[in-house]
Amino acid sequence: MTENHTCRRNVPDVDITGLVQEDRVHSTLYSDPTIFQAELDKVFNNTWVWVGHESEVPDTGSYKTAHIGKQPVIVSRDRKGEIHVLLNRCRHRAATVCEGKRGKTRSFVCPYHGWGYALDGELRAIPKADEYDGVLEKQDFPLVRVRHETYNGMIFATLKADMIPLTDFLGGAKKWMDLFMKQGGGYPIKVLGDHRFRFPGNWKIQLENTTDAYHFPVVHKSFVSSLDAQTSQVFDFLDGDGFVEDLGNGHSVMVMIPELVDLEDNLDAPIPDRFKDFAAELAKEGKDEAEIKRLVRAVGGSGFNLNLFPNVACSMAFFRVLRPISVEETEIHHVAIGGDGAPAAFNQLRMRLHEHFQGPMGFGTPDDAEAWERVQKGSYAGPDEWILVNRGQSKLKTSADGNVAGAVCSETGMRAAYRKYLAMMTA
Amino acid sequence: MNATLNAVTAFINTEADMLDFQDYQAWLDLWDEDGSYVVPIDTETEDYANSLNFAYDNATMRRLRVNRLISGEAVSTQTTPKTVRAPSRFRILSDADGVVTVRCAQLLSENRHGNLRTYPSDVTYKLRREGEGFRMVEKVVRLLNADHHLSSIGYIL
Repeated sequence: MTENHTCRRNVPDVDITGLVQEDRVHSTLYSDPTIFQAELDKVFNNTWVWVGHESEVPDTGSYKTAHIGKQPVIVSRDRKGEIHVLLNRCRHRAATVCEGKRGKTRSFVCPYHGWGYALDGELRAIPKADEYDGVLEKQDFPLVRVRHETYNGMIFATLKADMIPLTDFLGGAKKWMDLFMKQGGGYPIKVLGDHRFRFPGNWKIQLENTTDAYHFPVVHKSFVSSLDAQTSQVFDFLDGDGFVEDLGNGHSVMVMIPELVDLEDNLDAPIPDRFKDFAAELAKEGKDEAEIKRLVRAVGGSGFNLNLFPNVACSMAFFRVLRPISVEETEIHHVAIGGDGAPAAFNQLRMRLHEHFQGPMGFGTPDDAEAWERVQKGSYAGPDEWILVNRGQSKLKTSADGNVAGAVCSETGMRAAYRKYLAMMTA
Repeated sequence: MNATLNAVTAFINTEADMLDFQDYQAWLDLWDEDGSYVVPIDTETEDYANSLNFAYDNATMRRLRVNRLISGEAVSTQTTPKTVRAPSRFRILSDADGVVTVRCAQLLSENRHGNLRTYPSDVTYKLRREGEGFRMVEKVVRLLNADHHLSSIGYIL
């Protein structure tokens, strides 16, 4: 059923060879509109792109909207419980048939001439159909279906007809996705909402940031100051045993807090002071000690950021999604997650922790956004200047899984992403 | 009713002035200790505890937010040194048991990196009468674009 609708119009002939080197990338990668146009085609239209989590379309008729690069898509669940990814454009005259972030519907109806599509994209209704006698058959004009596959609840879609299977694409990242999903505390992961904001800068600045531990104590000083002593110790990880590992295909993991890699380990540890009230609340709800310890250990999220090239990260306690708007504008979604069916106190605390750091009014995100905006502005200076990604390059080792790894504050993850980027852009 | 409307209007104008002129300690003192400052994403909900919000502050979080603004440690708070907000369109929704609920429009402009941006919102206050004045029990800022993308906001709405 999958059709190849890769958009190949207006693809500029761009040669970026030489602009991406192992230890540096050229500043024009942040600001050249022809490179951006080429990226939409060669990167975003040419790989697996994250479009949602299964919990966002829980029931028959649930939908959410998303983008593959600049192309609007709908993720829907039909009457049989099947998930579909559909291009969000009427087959008649191209109007979007679905607006809004997410919701429930019986069908998708074009607002322009009333063409009606079922949840699986089938064209069901054409007003005044007799004028199409002998001109078109409804079964030939469903909403265009986009190939999609899921792994551990994460839905990815691709416009590349012969794209390798998702599990092969994820490769070494799957182990870390499995670990990340343990933060439901024994309950399936459920999306609780998201913060959305834009910053005036290139999408790759954000991509780099999710694997950049080096900035944390500088940019997030005010966040760390707002924490109690015990918690601020947890976030003092630059001199710890963390690491960054190149997982292949542009993916990487940055482990900041090694003791929080596996949330099902160490369940006998004492409850940290900062979660004592939370534990007491769970006890009041009648939870036994084993479950309380499991929920306490999971509530703050995992101790690592998993960067999945090109548009999503499993970042400590949330999904971080990037959407390229233009060469110098990017939209970010910080998707809060919790446990489906978990005690209310668990999901409430997870949302409060998310609000504390994330989003346009959090204690962390605005400072990140400020730094990214300044990177974009500064990158216009100089006739031929470079962005350095060489930190930790001389101190690489091999990880237990046989991957290239560097210190937690190395730029190993950025180099992994740019290596994949270069391969795709020059393919 | 006119006296009450005048009183809450004066109170809210003063609060706006405190925030625009960064008189944060005075602003903290306006609050009831159990009060909530909320900037919801879902402008329909009143169940803030079970929803993800842009901000949902109790007294502790309000103090931490103010500390962040005045500490000089947060780079994003340094680039929006000034806001100008104009509350207007005041309407009293209820006045019972010593609590006045009042809704108004707020047009807030910021100047960040030389770019003027405006955040219009509906703001609902629950004000508990205390002596001649009021204490804020709840302030809910429903941004006109809450359901869409914002830019980073390095101040108190």
